[in-house]
Amino acid sequence: MVREEAENTREDMVIDGVENGHKPNYEIPDEFNSNYLKTYYDKFFPFAEMFKWMSYGNDRKHPGCDASYFGRREFSFTLENDIYMRFQSFNKAEELEKAIKYQCPFKIDIGPVYSVDPKKRNSYAQSGDNVFRPVERELVFDIDISDYDDVRFCCKGADVCSACWPLMTVAIKIIDTALREDFGFNHILWVYSGRRGVHCWVCDGKARWLDDGQRAAIVNYLHIHKGNEHSIKKVTLVGQTFHPFMGRSAEVVKEFFEEKFVLNQNLFSDEDRYEKILEMIPDESITSELRGKWQDKKRSRDDINVVRWGQLKHLLQSGKQKMLGVRRCVEEIMFTFTYPRLDLEVSKHMNHLLKAPFCIHPKTGRVCVPFDPKHCEDFDPSSVPTLSRVSSHNLQLLEELNMRPLGSGGEINLENTSLGESYRYFKSSFLQPLLKSCKEDIENAHAAKVQQSSNSLSW
Amino acid sequence: MEIIGSRRKSFLSPASDAAPTIPIYRSAPELEVRLEDFELYAVHRLRVLKGISDALSRGKKPNEMENVVKELLKVHMSHPEASQVMSKDIISHFVLRLVYCREEELRKWFLSMETTLFRYRFLLETSEAQIALMAEFDLPYKIITNAEYENLKDKLNKVARSMNSSADTIYYKAPFEKVPDLVARREVFIMKGYAYVARSQVVSLLVTHYRSHLSKALILTNRKWTSMIREQEKDRLTPIVEALSTSYLGPDYSQPKDFGEISLRDIDQIARSSFPLCMRYLFEKIKEDHHLKHGGRMQLGLFLKGVGLKLDDALAFWKSEFSKKVGAERFDKEYAYGIRHNYGKEGKRTDYTPYSCQKIISSTPGVGDHHGCPYRHLREENLRAALNNMGVANRALEDVMDKVRNKHYQLACTLTFEAVHGASCDQGINHPNQYYSDSKTILESRNNSKGT
Repeated sequence: MVREEAENTREDMVIDGVENGHKPNYEIPDEFNSNYLKTYYDKFFPFAEMFKWMSYGNDRKHPGCDASYFGRREFSFTLENDIYMRFQSFNKAEELEKAIKYQCPFKIDIGPVYSVDPKKRNSYAQSGDNVFRPVERELVFDIDISDYDDVRFCCKGADVCSACWPLMTVAIKIIDTALREDFGFNHILWVYSGRRGVHCWVCDGKARWLDDGQRAAIVNYLHIHKGNEHSIKKVTLVGQTFHPFMGRSAEVVKEFFEEKFVLNQNLFSDEDRYEKILEMIPDESITSELRGKWQDKKRSRDDINVVRWGQLKHLLQSGKQKMLGVRRCVEEIMFTFTYPRLDLEVSKHMNHLLKAPFCIHPKTGRVCVPFDPKHCEDFDPSSVPTLSRVSSHNLQLLEELNMRPLGSGGEINLENTSLGESYRYFKSSFLQPLLKSCKEDIENAHAAKVQQSSNSLSW
Repeated sequence: MEIIGSRRKSFLSPASDAAPTIPIYRSAPELEVRLEDFELYAVHRLRVLKGISDALSRGKKPNEMENVVKELLKVHMSHPEASQVMSKDIISHFVLRLVYCREEELRKWFLSMETTLFRYRFLLETSEAQIALMAEFDLPYKIITNAEYENLKDKLNKVARSMNSSADTIYYKAPFEKVPDLVARREVFIMKGYAYVARSQVVSLLVTHYRSHLSKALILTNRKWTSMIREQEKDRLTPIVEALSTSYLGPDYSQPKDFGEISLRDIDQIARSSFPLCMRYLFEKIKEDHHLKHGGRMQLGLFLKGVGLKLDDALAFWKSEFSKKVGAERFDKEYAYGIRHNYGKEGKRTDYTPYSCQKIISSTPGVGDHHGCPYRHLREENLRAALNNMGVANRALEDVMDKVRNKHYQLACTLTFEAVHGASCDQGINHPNQYYSDSKTILESRNNSKGT
């Protein structure tokens, strides 16, 4: 269906300066281009859904709804040339859409919902009761693959490949499970950050109302690595047993480390690499024994990494080892390499800004797409739609496009593009259940309030 | 509370004959307070809170904190009449609410210290008293049923063993955000948003509630203060309240007695051996520039007074330096008065007592100023150089810099003291004059033990 219609309608269309009858160039390089960005905002960015999400049910005509809610949310725009506009706020969906289309920001960040409209913050005293402060904010997480640079050898910095991306998968599994099973959260959105990591938005009411101290507690529950830039980020595990959360995570870590990571990263085939591991073992006699064994470059049937890891485990966990510290070393090594590394500051503070989903990453041109954590193993960053690829679908979409009011036109477009899957997932698996729950919360809260005031009136 | 004149004594209705328990300060009591006690009790309680603050910033562990709190209460919060102990406790708490409700920073500090005080007082109580207190709080959390316990027993035991402690048999089910400290340290089992809090951990639940209640009370108190009390009491309680939050409560060093006087001759040598970095730095700067701006003059001048420099010697010192820059006449006209003023006896006000570390650290030196805490304000290279000059190097230097990076300036100074003197300083440095007198103590005892 796609190709035929494209063929038929090509003659009549003018796209971005391409003249009538001219064959459009489908080989547009994957890149970031502010004209394409403008088209993206014009045709693809899901304003209606973003507005519905950020309203958390307050955009309806129920007496329990807070009409000021959306207007108290901070947005920030980063424009071309790094011009930064903070404390942007909008009272209606149309205002948000208009501003974004006009400014064409290279990056859109979402901040907290404040006590008053951020635009009016300077009219409020900084002390006393009427203070300008954040009152609601999603619980958010930011995981960046460059935080693993000391333990991955295939890439560094902004690069990511199929050998190291699975580190993200491990992080997603461990954190997502903890958020749902341990903390009881349900409305969780995982988003590709566009280049080298993922973001997580926890949107339950309870999560949005957490204060900084409570966020810090959650982050500390999940956090393991100590150490800084100067010392190797080694994990130290204490206690006779694992806390159930750690035990559960240990299984994920172990499976990934033993079955994929040691192989993908060739952890034991290179002397520099295995020295790093040997440094983590507190027993000299063991490390020298292993070193000795590994000088021998004998070929074996099985992968050298698997063999050597097996030898290391055997020595550390043998019955002869009395010290718990030595036995624990095996887990410590696995955790050091593959346990999730969070950016703590992002999660701890209510006023921290985070990039909005469905933005385009300026360095890669990729869309920051939401994805299903249950299938995170299948997520491939290299197949995420890019701006130019999305635009090349314009050909068939322009026909169907007309200047419809916000919402109805967009819906049809996105479903048929390469963004379709993410968009559908966002709407049906995340947004719908969230809004249903918000509706219930608002109605219940309102009913309770009415009940309370009618109780107090009756003498 | 009613504040009354001196004659009448305050009393508490004799209902509480039971074993002394901790008041939870739910509402202002029906008590009468003498005006002197109003301030006195508050100062005593403030010493307890500041003692707690010190101990925490020195990294005292929880089991050590229990003893710290016990000692502090014994020293400061007792009363010759046993029946008055509870009154003093309650009155001092409510007075400090007035003092510390007035600004966000003050509220945060007060909340943090009172909560810590409550936590350790609770832990010091007997089992029966703890149960009675819990009932007073009337928490809405239930103990899990036997069936629930059997289901979760495995996991609950795992958590206990992961902390190398033994399992409990009574568990409360509470939303996880009510025990953030337990969650942060993974010392509690959580499932679907609920934490299963062991009987032995219940203090965490109580602390959360105590904190939340006090936090709200402080906001209300602040409203009442600004709308009504401050104006109403402007001739009586308000000046006391406003002075209390900025006061330093250790020995004020305004009357140096221990080491007699020091003379101008000795000052250079003493500066090298016994001055803390902040004062060394100012001392070196005045030698270099023959001038110090007002902040520096106050900080160094009062310190020297505390160290035992007599007024005449002080005048001679400042004059000899300043006249090299501004001339003797201008010194006499513009600067001598200030120095004499510092030595005047101005009643109990603390403005003319040597500055404590707290005060110095919180000062904000501007361009051309050299006062303030050098651990806070000096750039890293300059700080390293200054410490090297004091003889602090290698490992010790790195330890100091580590404390600085983490903003523990007093700990950095303590480590410096320890490195310079080769001796430990357990109480930590809270006052430059304390650094000086501790230093002299060590040096004198070394001189004495050398014999001859």
